[in-house]
Amino acid sequence: MDSYEALVHSGFEGNPDVRDPKTLAWLIRRNGLEMTHISRGSHIGSVFSVAEIIAVLYTSVLNVDPGEPRKPDRDRLILSKGHAGSAVYAALAETGFFPVEQLKTHYANGSILSGHVSHKGVPGVEVSTGALGHGLGIGVGMALGAKMDKAEWRTYVVLGDGECDEGSVWESALQAAQYKLDRLIAVVDYNHMQSLATVDETLRLEPFEQKWKDFGWNAMSVDGHDTEALKAAFARAQRNAGSGKPSVILAHTVKGKGVSFMENNILWHYRTPQGEEYEEALKELEALRP
Amino acid sequence: MRDAFARVLEKEMEQNERIVLITGDLGFGVLRSIHLRFPDRLINAGIAEQSMVSMAAGLAATGRTVLVYSIGNFPVLRPLEQIRNDCVYHNADVKIVCVGGGFVYGSLGMSHHATEDMAIMRAIPGITCYTPGDPAETEAVTRDMLWRKGTCYLRLGRGNEPKVHDGPVKGWSFPEAITLRGGKDIAILSAGGILTQAVDAAERLAERGISARVVSFPCLKPLDTKTVSGILASFRKVITVEEHTIIGGFGSAICEMAAEAGSGCRIRRIGLNDCFTTVVGDRQYLREIYGMDGKAIAEKAEAFLKE
Repeated sequence: MDSYEALVHSGFEGNPDVRDPKTLAWLIRRNGLEMTHISRGSHIGSVFSVAEIIAVLYTSVLNVDPGEPRKPDRDRLILSKGHAGSAVYAALAETGFFPVEQLKTHYANGSILSGHVSHKGVPGVEVSTGALGHGLGIGVGMALGAKMDKAEWRTYVVLGDGECDEGSVWESALQAAQYKLDRLIAVVDYNHMQSLATVDETLRLEPFEQKWKDFGWNAMSVDGHDTEALKAAFARAQRNAGSGKPSVILAHTVKGKGVSFMENNILWHYRTPQGEEYEEALKELEALRP
Repeated sequence: MRDAFARVLEKEMEQNERIVLITGDLGFGVLRSIHLRFPDRLINAGIAEQSMVSMAAGLAATGRTVLVYSIGNFPVLRPLEQIRNDCVYHNADVKIVCVGGGFVYGSLGMSHHATEDMAIMRAIPGITCYTPGDPAETEAVTRDMLWRKGTCYLRLGRGNEPKVHDGPVKGWSFPEAITLRGGKDIAILSAGGILTQAVDAAERLAERGISARVVSFPCLKPLDTKTVSGILASFRKVITVEEHTIIGGFGSAICEMAAEAGSGCRIRRIGLNDCFTTVVGDRQYLREIYGMDGKAIAEKAEAFLKE
């Protein structure tokens, strides 16, 4: 594997610095749009809503090394909302885990980059997901293992808000609190939309922060597109190590964030960007280039 | 079987500090000694089977052998997706242990009758499925399982079961079938705790001048294909018995092999005939009601031979 520095090249003009979370978030959107377009895939709305969360994790939070993806003391990240897999693939490629060019194979025949995030053959991915309600439980197991080993690394789990309909999420929430997993940090991409309707219209989660608190978690709410606020929230969650409580960050986001006609539009959970819509989305993203 | 399992596990936990046991809020009588000796390595997941299995996969990812312990259908049906996706797909070193395969909890009702688990688990790619027939076989397969990497399923009976083998099963190697009794007229193949009934049936048949070979399959997957091929080549008629539906489980596995081999051997599957149990009773009572006790097996074998 080439060095991190050698691989930090986005393939986009200007060789933007991917260590800046705003830049990486833009690259996630730009790659995500292209991947979804080429593959005629879905879930671009979720990729756009989670972009800053993933970007902040990879630039400012996670102790991971593209040169040594399996190093024992790395932090573990589980994308439990596996349908936003292209966001993680893009972040991994842009930060040097594998060639950016490979992103174009997303969804394609014979590709290892499946629509839902997969770990098989993909450097940097810990766990394959896609069925919702699994990631937090796996994270509980990892955090428990780290605690038994008295290890310093942390476990991060990114959940969807719709995913929190799953009963298994709340089983895991109880267990994480019971086992005092204070090096487990969950983030909910709270974009307030599911696949058919809003969260409120489907299964209302509010009072959401209070629910997590009642389950024994440190819970905090932030603007999930404000990279500085996210960084501060992660720092706060990290400082909770020793509190005996797991932490959750409710990151309020906008589904489809970054492209005006996709924002808060339920259509873009499944719709694939093609034709004029793709061109228009590209134009809007280009205007936001950092 | 349950106690034999716990004994072997405790001994292995002594040797290997990376073995962890997660229970779904069950088994404290059986696991008491383990709990007292290794309190940090016995985790109660509560009554939360889905998350329990995901947790096991995560814990295994930190370099541990993780056993998940529960009863009847609970460690199989509720967390099936977690077993498939989180454990087997990730090649996680997780061992799913079911106490109470078949009619063990006969009086408790159909919710507690584990009668589809072998079919379901067998269908998952790459999983290893153990179906020991008595406490001695349980000891052998438990030892094997704890040193075998990857996700395994262990289907047990309960405590205080009759022994079929006189002593320990010596020299067993994975995934061998075990011939308990020689015979030439018909072969009775058995998987799991129903083995006592297979042996009983053979004894009854012997009294009527029929010589039945009895073979136990402590490993359902992978199947000991060499032994099965030999049986298919040597017998015209074979009976399979399982305390389980006849669809998709042990009998089906044997039929699949026979059909593909094109052997002239006819097979009769004995088990639950695509139905739920609708009455309760102790294990032996239910075996009788559903035609899989020793007497019924012998009668079916005799009738089958006359066809």
